Amino acid sequence: MKAVRLRLYIGGESPRAIRAASNLRRLCSQLLGDDWELEVIDVVDRPDLADEARIFATPTVVKLTPAPIRRAIGDLSDIQRLAAALDLEVPSDEEISNL
Amino acid sequence: MTPIPSIDRVPTGNSGLDHILHGGMPAGRTTLVSGSAGSGKTVFALQFLIDGVRKYDEPAVFVTFEERPHLIRMNAAALGFDIAALEEAGKWAFIDVSYDPAEDEEVIGRYDFVALLARIEHAVRTTGAKRVAIDSVGAVFTRFAEPHGVRRELARVADGLRALGVTAVLTSERTQEYGEIARFGVEEFVCDNVLVLRNVLQEESRRRTIEVLKMRGIDHLTGEFPFTILPGQGIVVITLAGTDLTAGSTTERITSGLEELDEMCSGGMFRDSVTLVSGATGTGKTLLVTEFIDGGASRGERSLILAFEESRAQLYRNAAGWGRDFASMEAEGSLRVECAYPEVMSLEDHLVAIKQAVEEFNPTRMAIDSLSALERIAPERSFREFLIGLTSFIKHRQIAALLTATARSLLGGESTTEAHISTLTDMIILLRYVETGGEIRRGLTVLKLRGSTHDKRIREFRIDGTGMHVGAPFRDITGILAGTPRHVVTNALDEVANLFDGT
Repeated sequence: MKAVRLRLYIGGESPRAIRAASNLRRLCSQLLGDDWELEVIDVVDRPDLADEARIFATPTVVKLTPAPIRRAIGDLSDIQRLAAALDLEVPSDEEISNL
Repeated sequence: MTPIPSIDRVPTGNSGLDHILHGGMPAGRTTLVSGSAGSGKTVFALQFLIDGVRKYDEPAVFVTFEERPHLIRMNAAALGFDIAALEEAGKWAFIDVSYDPAEDEEVIGRYDFVALLARIEHAVRTTGAKRVAIDSVGAVFTRFAEPHGVRRELARVADGLRALGVTAVLTSERTQEYGEIARFGVEEFVCDNVLVLRNVLQEESRRRTIEVLKMRGIDHLTGEFPFTILPGQGIVVITLAGTDLTAGSTTERITSGLEELDEMCSGGMFRDSVTLVSGATGTGKTLLVTEFIDGGASRGERSLILAFEESRAQLYRNAAGWGRDFASMEAEGSLRVECAYPEVMSLEDHLVAIKQAVEEFNPTRMAIDSLSALERIAPERSFREFLIGLTSFIKHRQIAALLTATARSLLGGESTTEAHISTLTDMIILLRYVETGGEIRRGLTVLKLRGSTHDKRIREFRIDGTGMHVGAPFRDITGILAGTPRHVVTNALDEVANLFDGT
């Protein structure tokens, strides 16, 4: 089991969804090496899973572990804010520029 | 003439609202229901769906941005709606979009509401829903820093609802009772149709109203209509539904309960007439009510008393004092007595309660003692609406009704109630104190009687252990109605007459 588990809900393979996934992957690789996993759920195919997690906006990323559960909505274009929102270690400006 | 293509209407199932909407809401469209906090928006949304399931077997989807579904189930149960049972039957689905403070949420960059729409589509397909409610959009705006994106995405949801062909209600907040239609400019993008719910504080009492602000393509009644929220029924709109002035009129006469009064009216009251009895306190209004009710109940007519000043025990005691046995009449079923303090509920609630009592008991005559007691609990406008609603209902049901009003001064003077109601009544009886020769006597006169001639004299009446006894007219007193009775010596009158006798 990886230390950080994330689930990304997207509404179809839109440019916005692709941007969100890539922003998320870049941040996690930088901060967590390979001790993380990301599951992507397309709500158009699985509205029942969106129901379960009470997702209404897309994209939405949910950090399931470690506690506490955090959510971020949008294309996640601000990496520093994304790290803070998910309660991960916030990278410095220098690290950001290396991403 | 080319027929104008008309928009289909979906009856909401709320008879008062459907009356205002001339049949219902536009089918397949979304209607915005805007109202201040506590104006009844959630109840409206719930009721729209529940009536759909119950009355038209149209399954429903409820999207909640505000309260969690378990709280909505509880609140609905308090209104007598069992949502859990509908869910089990597969006719109701919640879409929970409420905010959970335990799960921190941040907005970073651009987003859309594709997930919400996907969930709604899924729920509509699964349940076969025809009706959708979204309650309330204000809550979603507070979760995003700028309203522009939310407006754009809600417009997407509204488009999606249209494509699904469901008839939808979307509730929204407003900050003032008379100001912008809805917060965040919701009405501009969502709908052509807007209903406004108001909850205005007026003279220390709440007045709830509903108004159709716009309904694209369908005609409707305009202006504010009062409503109340009742357990088991939800929103009950007070309209004059079915009470246009087309109620049939009858020439059948019934007894007032007093032979002498019947004679004064050339044979009794009309079967479907509304009579107002006005007089100062203690002049005998409740006695006249007793005579009127006894006149019906003792002949086996179902008679109803609605008392707002005295308790059942007091009414029984009064009646016994005049030799009438109300207790056994009520036990036999010809009489029903309903007592309530005016202050226990709003005037709108009283009207609904009165209608319910009438519909349950189905009386042919009824008395309300007194209207003045009800007048004190409401602002003037609400009282006027109450009177119009009440009298039109009574006429529609073809009931003989006796309503009492208390005059403000002991001698003469009209009551405020009288000013409002006199044009709505078919008959007005005045009871007056008459001071003469150092004693107080009582007088009665029929001021007005629609559709018949009547005795226009002021007659003296006495009250004893057997009730009211109308006697001879006051012949030698003038100024009774004005409250300033003056004694005129009969001999003097005779002498004046003699002057012209030509002898």
